[in-house]
Amino acid sequence: MNNEKMINDLKEIITPYTENKEALNSITEQTDFLVDLKINSANLVDIILDIEEKFNIEIDNDSMAKMLNVKATIAIIQEKLAANAG
Amino acid sequence: MDNRVVITGLGVVAPNGNNLAEFTHAIKNGVSGIKFDEELAALNFSCQISGKPMLSAERIQNYFTELELKNLDSTGILYGVIAGMDAWQDAGLALNESDEPFYDYGAIFGTGTSGIDKFRKAIYKIDELQVKRLGSTVVSQTMASGITAYLSGKIGLGNQVTTNSSACATGTESLLMAYERIKAGQATCMIAGSTSDSGPYIWGGFDAMKVCTYKHNHEPEKGSRPMSTSASGFVPSSGAGALVVESLSHALQRGAKIYAEVLGGNVNSGGQRGLGTMTAPNPTAVQHCIKNAIKNAQIDAKDIDLVSGHLTATAKDALEIENWVKALNRSGKDFPYINGIKGMIGHTLSAAGSIECVAAVMQLHKNFIMPNVNCEDLNPDIEKLIDKSCVPTQLINQRISVVAKANFGFGDVNACVILKRYDNE
Repeated sequence: MNNEKMINDLKEIITPYTENKEALNSITEQTDFLVDLKINSANLVDIILDIEEKFNIEIDNDSMAKMLNVKATIAIIQEKLAANAG
Repeated sequence: MDNRVVITGLGVVAPNGNNLAEFTHAIKNGVSGIKFDEELAALNFSCQISGKPMLSAERIQNYFTELELKNLDSTGILYGVIAGMDAWQDAGLALNESDEPFYDYGAIFGTGTSGIDKFRKAIYKIDELQVKRLGSTVVSQTMASGITAYLSGKIGLGNQVTTNSSACATGTESLLMAYERIKAGQATCMIAGSTSDSGPYIWGGFDAMKVCTYKHNHEPEKGSRPMSTSASGFVPSSGAGALVVESLSHALQRGAKIYAEVLGGNVNSGGQRGLGTMTAPNPTAVQHCIKNAIKNAQIDAKDIDLVSGHLTATAKDALEIENWVKALNRSGKDFPYINGIKGMIGHTLSAAGSIECVAAVMQLHKNFIMPNVNCEDLNPDIEKLIDKSCVPTQLINQRISVVAKANFGFGDVNACVILKRYDNE
């Protein structure tokens, strides 16, 4: 799966959790969930549950702790997808 | 000096009306909110009728964000937030758009349990070793104070924000707690209210105790029969009521519409002593509560025009009347009018006190006495105590000045509030 497609999928997942819809439109790999998108930190676990469902992967606690921006999140999704494929 | 305390805003979500206007029309006209409940039938309940507020998705969207609705599974919070926000708006008060909380405004909003459906799903997930998949809102929806937490966040309240719980006396108690706080000058404005979850997981325990009627599954609207010879148990229901309570000086200063004045009241417990038990009221304590409420309100029992009873439609209704007769020392034709709402909407449990306080205030404010529904066959034990004419079965359009409103709950707890019509002085 290419990064652009994945960013779009992520954007869709994140939409209900952010009130900053403008920042969401200009989302890039560098976008930070808490700082740029003003997502309530309590909702990060909900976003991860939605990601697990969307990509049919399981995300462990250590990986979860790293998923604070788009770049790290995509890396972890790619890693888990690759592990599944393997 | 103590502050005088008035009611300036009302909100209600009841089985027979989703807002104040609908509800007022319904209670005037004896409109029932009791329906056959497919879910209770499918689950083999003895009682297969219930009363639930019917809220459209469009209405709900006016009160909750898309994100809040994503995983909202607490009907108690849903009803409570809608009633509370409606009351706030009705009082003409604004939502807080600043970073500074409203330090003089608070909320005491009671409930029996919170988010029981949310809790049920969470328990299943945990037992399936899926604790990780609970999401972030199990705590906020299942903590008892969930309702006040949601409500205070939406308005920006900064005074005391808490949830009380005293079974079926919860709502009357929350009004008295808010009253005390304002009277003492600890707050200028409080939302007092209570809510109750809907559905089989909240009502099942009552069904098992055989305190709900099972004789009217084929005629839901006839099922809830307070004070009737054929009363055979209560009908479970749900909803929420909310009252904005405010110091008179604050209300006058901002030119608020004033519905009624809270003169005083009393809360107590029968201690499960004497005839009192976990489930039965100690009659001496009930009388004590009513007498002390009258004393606290500095009125005479003769001043009471209307008693708004607890009257659930169980065998205890006649005992309740006897307690009122003894406490007021008034009987026969000398007894005030008495009515109750449960014939129309069933027993909304922890929400009952607040929904019934809203009804009591509207009767004072709009000059009427609502009809008692389903008690055309008045219980003879009641007729021995008070004259039949005190129990109206038709709407009476009449100006009344003072209402005594009481509720009694499991655990042998009692609450009685004295409300007075407010005429511009």
